[in-house]
This record gives sequence, C-alpha cells and structure tokens, in this order.
Amino acid sequence: MTAATLPAPLPRGGGVSRFLYGRPGLVLLLLLAPPLLWLGIIYLGSLFTLLAHSFFYLDEFSGVMVREVSLDTWKEFFRSPAHWDVVLRSALMAAAVTLASALIAFPLAYYMVRYAGLRLKGLLYLAVMLPLWSSYLVRVYAWKLILAKEGIVSWLAAQTHLTWLLEALLATPVVGGPSLSTSYLGTFTVFTYIWLPFMILPIVAALERVPATVIEASGDLGANPGQTFRRVILPLAFPGVVAGSIFTFSLTLGDYIIPSIIGKSTPFLGETVYRLQGTAGNIPLAAAFTVVPIVVMGVYLMIAKRLGAFDAL
Amino acid sequence: MAGEGVPAVTFQGVCRHFGEVRAVDEVSFSIADGEFFSMLGPSGSGKTTCLRLIAGFERPDRGHIQVHGVNVEGVPPFDRDVNTVFQDYALFPHMSVGENVEYGLMIRKVPRAERRKRAEEMLGLVKLDGLYARRPGQLSGGQRQRVALARALINRPRVLLLDEPLGALDLKLREAMQAELKTIQRQVGITFVYVTHDQGEALSMSDRLAVFNHGRIEQIGAPAEVYDHPATQFVAGFVGQTNLLEGYLAQRLGGFPASYAVRPERIRILPAEAEVPPGFASIDGRVSAVTYLGANSRVEVEVDEGGRLQVVEQNVEGGMAMEGRAPGTAVRLVIERRHIQAVSESR
Repeated sequence: MTAATLPAPLPRGGGVSRFLYGRPGLVLLLLLAPPLLWLGIIYLGSLFTLLAHSFFYLDEFSGVMVREVSLDTWKEFFRSPAHWDVVLRSALMAAAVTLASALIAFPLAYYMVRYAGLRLKGLLYLAVMLPLWSSYLVRVYAWKLILAKEGIVSWLAAQTHLTWLLEALLATPVVGGPSLSTSYLGTFTVFTYIWLPFMILPIVAALERVPATVIEASGDLGANPGQTFRRVILPLAFPGVVAGSIFTFSLTLGDYIIPSIIGKSTPFLGETVYRLQGTAGNIPLAAAFTVVPIVVMGVYLMIAKRLGAFDAL
Repeated sequence: MAGEGVPAVTFQGVCRHFGEVRAVDEVSFSIADGEFFSMLGPSGSGKTTCLRLIAGFERPDRGHIQVHGVNVEGVPPFDRDVNTVFQDYALFPHMSVGENVEYGLMIRKVPRAERRKRAEEMLGLVKLDGLYARRPGQLSGGQRQRVALARALINRPRVLLLDEPLGALDLKLREAMQAELKTIQRQVGITFVYVTHDQGEALSMSDRLAVFNHGRIEQIGAPAEVYDHPATQFVAGFVGQTNLLEGYLAQRLGGFPASYAVRPERIRILPAEAEVPPGFASIDGRVSAVTYLGANSRVEVEVDEGGRLQVVEQNVEGGMAMEGRAPGTAVRLVIERRHIQAVSESR
C-alpha cells in the first residue's frame, strides 16, 4: 500500500490575530477605547459642563455670566411659578403623547408579530419607518396645513357633516382653541404622529421575544384571550413599552420645534431652553431647565423599575 | 360524568390541511379513559397536529373530535378539560415556579391559600419541593420539565397532552423521567396522550401506540403487538430495526413473492451445514461485517444467492458470540417461521 501524501499546508495570514491571541485585555481595550472616548468626553463631558453652568449666575446689571459657584440661578428657577407651568405643561404633554403612542402602537405591533405574513410584515416595517426618511420639518409643516382652519381636517369634517364634532373638540377647555393647528390638541396630534415609530419598534422587538407557545399555554390553562393579554402578553412586552415610552416621553419633553409651529404660544421646556440660551442669553437658567427633563426621566425610570418593567429582561 | 365505556378522545375522519400539505389526513381512532396512549412518528407525520387538535390550538377542516363523548370542534382551548405539557415547556418567564404552577387555579379564582397548598403538593409530586419561589430561568432543563408537568396536572385535567416532553433532556435524565412519568400517570389515573418520535420511549411507556406517517395512522396497537406484528413496511422500519425481505429472499423464506419483515434478533446463526430445527426456515451465507455494540453485536450476513441480512446477537459470555463470526465465515441462518411477518406496502 502506498501512503497518500497530504498537500503541503497553505500559507496563512492573520498575524494580527495571532498577536492578539492570549491578550484578551488588549482586545477589550482596543474595542472599547473609541466608544468610551466618544461617550465620555464628547457626550457626557459636554452634558456635565452644561449642567455645571446652572451653578453659575447672570450678573443682574451687565447680563454677563459670572463663573462662580452659587445657587442664585436655582433660586430664580424655583421662585417663578411660570417656570413650573412650563415644566408641568411639558410633562403632561409628554405623558399624554406617550400614552396615546402606546395605545396606537401595541395593536399594530401585535398584528405585525403574530398575524402578518412575511411580505406584509416587511411592508408594515417600511410604512413605520418611511416617515423617518423625510425631513422632520417638512412633516411638521405639512401637519400645520392639514390641521389649519381651512385645512383637510375641517374640510373632511364638513363633507361628512361632522363639523359639530370638531367644534365640540375645539370648544373643550384648555386643550381646545380657535383651530386644531393653534390648540394643544394639534400639538398633541403632531407629537404623537412624529414619535409613534419610536414606540412601535421597541414593542415589536419585545413581542418577537414572547414565544407563541407561552401564549398557547395560557389559553390551555384556562385563560381567555383577555386574561392572557393581561397576565402574560402585556407583562412580557412591558419592557418594550417602557423602552418606547422612554423615547416618546423624552423626545416630547425636549422638542422645541413642534410646539413653536403648531399649538398655542405658551412655551414648552425645549422652547424655553432654546430661548434662554439664544435670545435671552441666560445660559445658567437654560442649564437649570435642562436638568429638569433629566430628573423627570430619572424619576420615570425609577417608577418603571418599581412596576417591574425590567423583570422580564 | 362520562360512563366507563366512553372513550377519553375520539377522532372520526379528521382532516387538517395546511395549504397543499395534508398534515392530518382522514384520521380515526379512539383513546380509552385512563390509557397511556402514544402517537409515534417521524417529524411532519401529523402526530403533533393531532395533539394540537385535541388541545384546540388547531381546528379540523373535516371530521369530528370528541373529548369524553362531547364534540369539541367549536370549543376554544380555554374551555377544554385538557392540559398540555409543551415541548419547550412554555413556562411563564415573569412568574415564579409557584406562580406558574398555580396559574390555572388563579384563572379559576381559587383562593390564594388553597392555591398555594395545592401548588406545594404538586411540586412534591414532581419532586421539586422547596423550589416554589424560584424563577424558571434558574432551573435546569429537567426541573423545568417537571414544573410544566405540575402546572398542567394541578388543574386535574381529564386528558393530559404531552408534546415530546423529554425531547430536550439528555439520555440518562430522559430514561429516569420516562419511568417517573409512568408512575405519575398511575398515581393520578388520568389519560395521557404522548407525542414522540422516539420509538423506544413509545414502546416502553405506552399502553397502546399509534404509528403516524404522512398524516395517516399506519398501525395502532399495544407495544408488543406493533413490534412483533408490524402491519406495514413503514412500521416495521420505524419501530425497531428490521430486515425487509423482498424478491428472492421473500420467496425463499416467506413462501410468497410478497414483503416480509424479520427482526434482527429473531435470526439465529448456526455453523454451516448445521441441521435445521423443525418449524424454522433457513438460508446460507457468509459473514461480511461485525459491529460490536456493547450488550449486543450486529452481524451482517451476505446471502449466497444475493441479498443481505442483519442479525443481532447478545454478547452473553464475554464476547463468546464473536467467535466464528470472522468476516468470510460460512454460516447457516435459521428463523422460526412465525417470526417472519408479512407486511403490506405503506399506505
């Protein structure tokens, strides 16, 4: 018998890989350094600098910022009830937008995950994402026209003899106004439209992770569809709702363009910060206002954790 | 209450098609009350779909399904008196082990104290005492399997459906659980409908088993009956090892040009030219290969007139059986005629 000769080994590359083999610490450092530098210096660093500015104050006479640590700015912030109005208005709007987004997003996400076929699911994904590809400003201005007094909504209401309904809505105290485009109702509608994708996608991701058999098991053990939803589907998808609400809530809280184009002229948080650091030149107070959404989100996340939103993660 | 004679489950001409695929095709059978009934078959043979039809996750396109004498076609899963142990266990990850087990009772609004008591009892039955507060994520595969069992049994269903419940466990654990499942079934005395693709499992646990192939049942019977008298070529090949005799071998050993099945352990190897005992058929050949399998050895014999037969011999006396089995040795194979089983073409 003749022994078969094996071909000579082929030359191999991978010198760098060979060098890094057995040096896991170095690999970790190389991988983590760029994102950590970016996050640490450019993002957190500038945020911290901004927040630090709230402990400086504005000289009353010259209007120049004094770089000395003091609580004057914070005293000013807490003294004025108008400031609290801004915070409360923004937080309520953000909460309403979040709630509405969740209510609209959940059934759609559920349909996408459980019922839609592969093709339809792709189309729905596209439909959800498509608005994000066009300019935010264009969409907001489009909504201004849609909601205007002579806009499509009023026209449609007239055609379907529902003008009375529109007028009843606009006559609602606080949220109503002369037209949809100049009322909180309009602001709310546009906010909900703009941020909806950010609620749908995390809920879809969360629902994808709920195995179909778990839902079947609940029915098998005697739970009707309503009970299955409350006891199994919602708790398991809740982290997705919370993730989505973090987006919708914080994006609404910080946005300064939508309320300045659509709605009443009363200011929201983002607008206030924009005005204070721009035209008013009051950087310390602007910084103080910036702290507010961070604190609000912190409280929000704590409540979410208490509610067990992250238990199923 | 259903009387003694009412079967636990009855299928009458049940069909379930998914598009072109006939997952379940004109299936009829009935399962007696208190029976351990297995549905055995390769994947895609329709056994799991039958289980899901009983549970109510699927609805038949045609035919009737009765559970304890009541038609269930229009009854949703949550109104059926059956419970399922899922292949992937399907435990609720956001609940503790105890909450999982109590789920059915909580849905039925059983008071908390009683729920807790019965859950502890059930956990005792499946030997998970003290794990009430754990999360499913903290358990091993075998433990999860037991939780799934306890969660189903606590509702005292009249029929328990098990969908390959041991499929994800390793061999030793699977064997232990087989015995345990059988014991639990005797203790609780309810009907078990057990889906598996493992013929050994089906043979060792069942009172009766149904062999599925292409959405149809090929044979139903007690394990020994199905093993010793396979009705079709498919059953003979799927349940245990078999020598399928066709053509010359069939004519020579069975007497007719039909199909016959012979179990490898039913063939005896004698020295060449040995006398054939009465009632036996014989054929001569040469050993072509021997495979050592521990308790047994598998001997392949090349028949002189063409064809090949497998023989399984027990290694009783320290490898004595291996003697005289060197490849090339001339041997005479003898088979008791009653072990040559005529089988029909698969349907």
